[in-house]
Amino acid sequence: MTTDTTTRQSASGIARPEIKPTGLLRQSLAITRRNLIHIKRMPEMLMDVTIQPVMFVLLFAYVFGGSIAVKGSPAGYREWLMGGIMGQTIAFASFIVAVGLTADIDKGIVDRMRSLPINPSAVLVGRSISSLLHSSIGILVMSVTGLFVGWRIRGSFAEAVLAYALLLLWGFAMIWIGILVGSAMRSVEAVNGLMFTTMFPITFLANTFAPTDNMPHFLRVIAEWNPISSLVQAVRQLWGNDLPVPADAALPLHHPIITTLIWTVGLTLVMAPLAIRAFAKRTEG
Amino acid sequence: MTSPAIEAEHLVKKFGDTTAVDDVSFSVPEGSVLGLLGPNGAGKTTTVRMMTTLAKPTSGTARVAGHDVLREPDAVRRSMGLTGQAATVDELLTGRENLRLIGSLYGLSGSYVKSAGADLLERFSLTEAADRTVKTYSGGMRRRLDLAVSLIATPPVLFLDEPTTGLDPRSRVELWEVLRGLVKDGTTLLLTTQYLEEADQLADRIVVIDRGQIIAEGTPLELKDRSGKASLVLTVSRAEDLQTAADMLRQRVSEVHVDEAARQLTAPAEGLRDMTRIAAVFEDSSIELDDLGLKRPSLDDVFLHLTGHRAEEPTETEQEQAS
Repeated sequence: MTTDTTTRQSASGIARPEIKPTGLLRQSLAITRRNLIHIKRMPEMLMDVTIQPVMFVLLFAYVFGGSIAVKGSPAGYREWLMGGIMGQTIAFASFIVAVGLTADIDKGIVDRMRSLPINPSAVLVGRSISSLLHSSIGILVMSVTGLFVGWRIRGSFAEAVLAYALLLLWGFAMIWIGILVGSAMRSVEAVNGLMFTTMFPITFLANTFAPTDNMPHFLRVIAEWNPISSLVQAVRQLWGNDLPVPADAALPLHHPIITTLIWTVGLTLVMAPLAIRAFAKRTEG
Repeated sequence: MTSPAIEAEHLVKKFGDTTAVDDVSFSVPEGSVLGLLGPNGAGKTTTVRMMTTLAKPTSGTARVAGHDVLREPDAVRRSMGLTGQAATVDELLTGRENLRLIGSLYGLSGSYVKSAGADLLERFSLTEAADRTVKTYSGGMRRRLDLAVSLIATPPVLFLDEPTTGLDPRSRVELWEVLRGLVKDGTTLLLTTQYLEEADQLADRIVVIDRGQIIAEGTPLELKDRSGKASLVLTVSRAEDLQTAADMLRQRVSEVHVDEAARQLTAPAEGLRDMTRIAAVFEDSSIELDDLGLKRPSLDDVFLHLTGHRAEEPTETEQEQAS
């Protein structure tokens, strides 16, 4: 310890400053801070969680809203839609992590950080914290937009908080997918291509924008077992924006909250080791 | 002075069937400069990555400031700075913010980073640009900032991977000056380069690496001596003296090459002693000389001699990979 914590004079006569061993938290926060400066310098980075979902809310609420009949929800389709858009926005947290990580690996920033006396996980933790903050800004913007188009929370305060917590928990599980994709892909363009062609179908093939009961049978099965549907259904229930679940709906929709919890834990358990291995393989080669 | 600042011991790195680095060993005494010279794809970057804990050697090890890269990676990271091949500073941060980020990751106090950072910015002529985002910097400015960032914790050992690649000649010479200053202050430097001139200018010792293997090692002078003899170049003032001069020279050396147009004679020479001997011969004669000098082979010649190909040419394996 003494050699590390005191100013020392090497044999060559270079006076060295005090290097304090720092913890993972402080290191991660330094990296988070840097990522947030990026957002400050390039606010257009937030378009994916602000303008894009707001546009979706407005398009779906007013263009399709008239044709998609949702009976029973107090404020109709617009209120019902909000849970879906929120679910889609938080699923895209994986996209944000992947793009940021690939860019940093590609530019050599990750190598530079790994050459410093820090916990190698700090790069990933910092990236994850800033991505979750990024997504949270989106959830906040969505909530405000929702209030303008007539969305209301009709459940209790505790249930409302639980809904937001479920969204964040889902975002946490998505981070691992983001790290996996970000480590495996060689360029930001490749990440964009892969994520657009997978995340859009996955988030649309669910109960996000239209109820599943009217879908053709095989699509309906897929949509109802889609974990996004459980998340969206859970959030709608907790906010009191849900419709009665049809008796013939798949099992997850009858127990959406517990299903969502199982999915997040399961996804994390499977994806985290894969993601960490992919990151190590990519960076240590 | 007891142990070398940098030591590589039988470093090997394999990627699948390809051996990128094949049994590389060398050591760098404290306060000196080692140039790792080789063409693109020779294994320079992989060697540096292993020595800076970024990549695990397939076998062998390395020590930096006495710390083993495998057993004490954190101590190694505390003792060295690395400037990678591309300037790895953050484009969206200002110069000052880049210093602050790396300083705080090193665990330096905020006040220290502030004052040391300001000194470094001043030293590298970046004070005016300190609060602009790096996006607006020129290539040379980025490289200087990159170096400043690597120096924030005053590491005793510095690894520079092709520090001047892509720089214009003026920025290159400026960066050389900065590096000489660091060495004068006691920093040990390992730099990789494909520029023979750069190794010649900066390095105390040169390790020539080609296709993952060390093919030569020594001071720039030793390498030049090793690969071919020096030659004596003599220019006579009057063209009519050329033949007489050539005959005089032939009596003393084995072989003389005559270039009539340039009034020049070239002969192999062992070194300075040969030159003074020949100079004395002509001083006693009536032949006037414009010039008499000893021409040592350039490092370019050395490289050609050692590898059979020029330093800037890609190696065969690389051409195969590219096609």
